[in-house]
Amino acid sequence: MIRLEKRPQPSRAFSLATPVLAVIATMFFGGLLFMALGKEPLLAIKTIFWEPLFGEFSFFYRPQLMIKGAPLVLIAIGLSLGFKAGIWNIGAEGQYIMGALFGAGVGLAFYPAEGHYIFPLMVLAGAFGGWVWAMIPALLKVKFGTNEILVSLMLVYVAEQFLASMSLGLLKNPEGFGFPGSRNLQQYESAFNADLIEGSGMHWGVVAAMIAVIFAYVLLSKHRLGFAIRVTGEAPRAAKFSGVNPTRLVLFCLGTSGLLAGLAGMFEVSGPAGQVTIDFNVGYGFTAIIVAFLGRLHPIGILLAGLLMALTYIGGDIAQSQLGLPAAAIQVFQGMLLFFLLALDMFTNYRLRFGRTEVA
Amino acid sequence: MTDTPLLDLSGLTKAYPGVIANDDVSLSIAPGEVHALLGENGAGKSTLVKMIYGLVKPDAGTMHMFGAPFTPSEPRAARASGVGMVFQHFSLFDALSVAENIALGMEDAPKMGALSQQIRDVSDTYGLPLAPDRVVGDLSAGERQRVEIIRCLLQQPKLLIMDEPTSVLTPQEVEILFKTLRKLSAEGTAILYISHKLEEIRALCDSATILRLGKVVGHCTPAETSARDMAEMMVGKLLQTPTRAGKSPGEVVLELANLSVSSPNAFGMPLRGISVEVRRGEVLGIGGVAGNGQDELLAALSGEMLSTPGMIRFEGQNIGLLGPTPRRAMGILSAPEERLGHAAAPDMSLTENAMLTAAAREGLESGGILNWGKARGFAEKIIETFDVRTPGPSNAARSLSGGNLQKFVIGREVLQRPDLLVVNQPTWGVDASAAASIRQSLLDLAQNGTALVVISQDLDELMEISDRFAALNEGRLSEPRPAQGLTVEEIGLMMGGAHGMEVAHV
Repeated sequence: MIRLEKRPQPSRAFSLATPVLAVIATMFFGGLLFMALGKEPLLAIKTIFWEPLFGEFSFFYRPQLMIKGAPLVLIAIGLSLGFKAGIWNIGAEGQYIMGALFGAGVGLAFYPAEGHYIFPLMVLAGAFGGWVWAMIPALLKVKFGTNEILVSLMLVYVAEQFLASMSLGLLKNPEGFGFPGSRNLQQYESAFNADLIEGSGMHWGVVAAMIAVIFAYVLLSKHRLGFAIRVTGEAPRAAKFSGVNPTRLVLFCLGTSGLLAGLAGMFEVSGPAGQVTIDFNVGYGFTAIIVAFLGRLHPIGILLAGLLMALTYIGGDIAQSQLGLPAAAIQVFQGMLLFFLLALDMFTNYRLRFGRTEVA
Repeated sequence: MTDTPLLDLSGLTKAYPGVIANDDVSLSIAPGEVHALLGENGAGKSTLVKMIYGLVKPDAGTMHMFGAPFTPSEPRAARASGVGMVFQHFSLFDALSVAENIALGMEDAPKMGALSQQIRDVSDTYGLPLAPDRVVGDLSAGERQRVEIIRCLLQQPKLLIMDEPTSVLTPQEVEILFKTLRKLSAEGTAILYISHKLEEIRALCDSATILRLGKVVGHCTPAETSARDMAEMMVGKLLQTPTRAGKSPGEVVLELANLSVSSPNAFGMPLRGISVEVRRGEVLGIGGVAGNGQDELLAALSGEMLSTPGMIRFEGQNIGLLGPTPRRAMGILSAPEERLGHAAAPDMSLTENAMLTAAAREGLESGGILNWGKARGFAEKIIETFDVRTPGPSNAARSLSGGNLQKFVIGREVLQRPDLLVVNQPTWGVDASAAASIRQSLLDLAQNGTALVVISQDLDELMEISDRFAALNEGRLSEPRPAQGLTVEEIGLMMGGAHGMEVAHV
């Protein structure tokens, strides 16, 4: 008989090894999946993981890694703070959209004036937009005890409608020949979030993501607030006993995650995306949830997980175009990653025992 | 014991990695015998009864029941052979009725109506008043225990194992339980009774086996042996009774005036009009059956539950609206009953758990930045001063045994030099010598001028350390009386009498 037995201490080794094992397991079972689809499994895996980094066109794909990774990391860092404390913001996608709309709105309001003050104002506006959108579930939770999971998730759909309305109405490009979508911020110098080094993919969003990683790391390991977050997640009653104010923690965690998601949206709309369009959002806010867990809710882990996730996105696109793999297969592949991670995570706190039942 | 013994254990040995839990343990129990199993925490009592109950398989040795080999492979087999066990911690569902709870534990439960009738029959026969249709969440701890006992009795056991059954009972409830047990014994049911309350064992048990560090260190007839001798056999050394110097209490530190707070959770107990004063250097002992407002009183004092201004004053200041952090800064410290999850975060290290309540008073943080080196130092100091057995401060709280974690949790507060210390069940599940040292440290605090509120269900403990005694009943606090000279009957009346059929549920 096989049984799970709780470890007396969480295993540190397993906690570190889990993501690696999960990636290996995903490669193996993903390979089986690709084989079942009639593709060469090793080639498919190589296309996904190797091609973007070291392949023939890696000069193009490597910057993409930054561009796709930065918003994921930025959002996931914010989410991880809440997740650690048991506060579940599922609506980062909505906060991302609102950040983009606020940021772009402020930028477009100044059009065609030029000035160095415009981009910083847009950054503030983007952060504010995401923060405000996250404060709705936060305040409702604090005042009326509503479930932040549901409220934040539903606000995603409200934000999407808002986005559609903006790109068809208020923010529509007056010189756009009636096409939906705003002016292209890439062509508006004061508002353009350009690469800091030409062609590197390093825009301000990447810098913000790095700062967020460091900020979260220091907060969690050195600051009272980070300690309060961790205790609340581990043992809510002990946290209350130690003097943590749950209301303030909810406001802080949801507020911060909204703020970072808003920033991500703002950097995206003013940089790689360039304009507000109906289909501006591509699911970063949801994928960031996977990234947060894949990174074990640890800032450094999230950084690596964000890059890995970006890699599977880019590699997945290449596999689609070069090998003709269906998009759904790539999604299953990404889903497997989260599945194996969560499954293997069990062994951090439990171990397998073979043999007869016995209670110590 | 001339007949074939009901249960005969010989040479039972069970080793776990690093520790021999039972080493060549032999004992025998005759039908109808009430046999006490005595020993400190970690002496191997639990392992021994788990082997009898089929939860653990012995490495060596044999068990015989009525002369036939007895090797239960699982609790079900043990129950089928006539072994019943009442655990110290109840496994009941609050939201279900008594009958539903009992039905859940049965192999093939009869129809609810028939089962209710059986429950009534057993409860009448053995004098255990209990209505089968009551919801368990509304029951007192004593009544919950009755559910567990009746659950066992329905299977007509030949041997009933009881693990620390009186820790949650009022003296009157203990009397009811003892009557039941004596009746069972008269009918030929043997009882294996685990306890560390020696006076009870002297009153109830026919014989006793004493374990220390996994070995049998002696058998005795409790009625003919003094409690002190038994305790010394258990501990293996002379017991230090906590000592206190005579003293006169100082000025009032804590003043509760008509403190009324409603409980935040559904099965909690609101506090109703509690008024009391505690002076510097004084120990106020608060007794009462579990679930009568103990947790709520601690929460109201620690700052986890806020109250209307004017109800709680500390050194003259209104503190009802202050949370735990400002109260700690003022010198009000507390240690709740539930060690894992309330007083300590189970998965966090002892260093982190030291930080949990000592950040401000021990200067472990400045300007929000935490000083982990200092926290580790403080954790090490607690471990050393209170003799906490653990490899080091980086171990998780949950890896400690209950008694050791308790020493850590109490030590953490005691070492922060409180002006007022509120503790709930300070020695719950702690072995005799550790309990004595915890009590001594509380008395030392009082000696140095700390005001103490000690909430406990262990009356012996309260009588030993309290200056004044009061009891919580249904969220009300009785008038405090000097602890010296209180009789058990008086205490029982203060606690609200036996929680039986006639208890008023407001």
